[in-house]
Amino acid sequence: MIEARNINKSFGEHHVLKDVSCIFEKGKTNLIIGQSGSGKTVLMKCLVGLFEVDDGKVIYDERNFTTMNFEQRKTLRREIGMLFQGGALFDSMTVEENVMFPLNMFTSQSLSEKLDRVNFVLNRVNLEKVNKLMPSELSGGMRKRVAIARAIAMKPQYLFCDEPNSGLDPLTSGVIDHLIQEITEEYEITTIVNTHDMNSVLRIGDSVAYIYEGKLWWKGNKETILHTDNQELNEFVFGTELTSRLKR
Amino acid sequence: MPKIFTTIGMYVLLMQKVFSRPQKRKIYWNQLLTEINSLGLESLGIVAFISAFMGAVVAIQTAYNITSPLIPMSMVGFTVRQSVILEFSPTVISLILAGKVGSRIASEIGTMRVTEQIDALEIMGVNSANYLIFPKITASILINPVLIVFSMWMGILGGWIAMTATNLVSTNDFVQGIRIDFQGYTIFYALTKTVFFAFIISSVSGFYGYITNGGALEVGQASTKAVVFSSVIIILFNLVLTQLLLT
Repeated sequence: MIEARNINKSFGEHHVLKDVSCIFEKGKTNLIIGQSGSGKTVLMKCLVGLFEVDDGKVIYDERNFTTMNFEQRKTLRREIGMLFQGGALFDSMTVEENVMFPLNMFTSQSLSEKLDRVNFVLNRVNLEKVNKLMPSELSGGMRKRVAIARAIAMKPQYLFCDEPNSGLDPLTSGVIDHLIQEITEEYEITTIVNTHDMNSVLRIGDSVAYIYEGKLWWKGNKETILHTDNQELNEFVFGTELTSRLKR
Repeated sequence: MPKIFTTIGMYVLLMQKVFSRPQKRKIYWNQLLTEINSLGLESLGIVAFISAFMGAVVAIQTAYNITSPLIPMSMVGFTVRQSVILEFSPTVISLILAGKVGSRIASEIGTMRVTEQIDALEIMGVNSANYLIFPKITASILINPVLIVFSMWMGILGGWIAMTATNLVSTNDFVQGIRIDFQGYTIFYALTKTVFFAFIISSVSGFYGYITNGGALEVGQASTKAVVFSSVIIILFNLVLTQLLLT
């Protein structure tokens, strides 16, 4: 479980996160949704420590991440996997080297053990015979799947996904969403997904937090989100032509 | 003015992160060898080309400007040796490397920053500054002196080829000039400067790449800044080191 407690974050005069408190539960796919510029990416970066919070606490299973020093954070981060918007695969490495990278860095396993693990996680994300390909030779969906494989290679306890469906077609988006949900349930990890894709919300939103103008505006799940009377959330949920027609 | 101090402060803080013990020694050695190849050995061609032609030009200029019969033609070899060893190879070749290697380092690290690859390293618990910049600094410090000694050799060779091809100075006179009053300290002086310049090129370029923020435009700007500031700092340090080492 990850808990954000009274988080505030400003950039100069711009107060981006305003007293955000939220609990992200273990074994569930926890979604953070909101319009572009609402602060959801900043919230995620505060949770993983890429941004320092101005005020408040981030707690990983009763471990206060905010007060940890550099070395303590380094240790905790070995329990974290993250899928970035563009995949963030290392350009100079093959798929196999990318997935093996955290194993090389943090384990003393033999090469065959590491290869077994690499092949296992690549199979888990439904990728075969791609070990020797470079990231530039992969499609967008494949790159995301390799990034997921790399994120779970070290058997993380916490998985963060920053807009996993951006730039993908609806079918591939569905594949990625289901993969994230399956992995979350299978390994019973705490997963936080940052998205503004309503399809993802309805598919995998075990828990949904809506961020509006830097504040936690609403919290619920994929069932309750369609029946809320929260005006700002309704504008967001039914903001597309398709959803507004369906509502009518 | 305060911006300069902020930048220097950021540079010092980054170097603190860079100079820590590598997390996995084997990975560090592999990276070091890769960097020695990409930053050093891949520069051999351009270093050889520029050094040989500059040596030739210095020799021809000197030969044509010796008009007094009181000055022996061996002075051509002496002038080529002194200019190549004392200034041309350590300083001018370092400036050229600042352009070639500096822009490469800054754009490589800058691109990794804007495509979130550095964030990915941080999330994994890797000290990204140490992992990315330290092998480049070490490789530059190790391989640049080799490049500079090679440049000295090519410069003098270029001068000799130009003199024999144009019949301006005989081989005997040229070689005699090279040997006149040779002091081994000049090599020590040149290589000491080279090590400082290698550190400047790799660390300043690494710094500008690492702090890149934005997209392709900013990567280009970082690359330009890396080359400009490395060159300016090299020129400033050249004056200081020359004063310190030759007095």
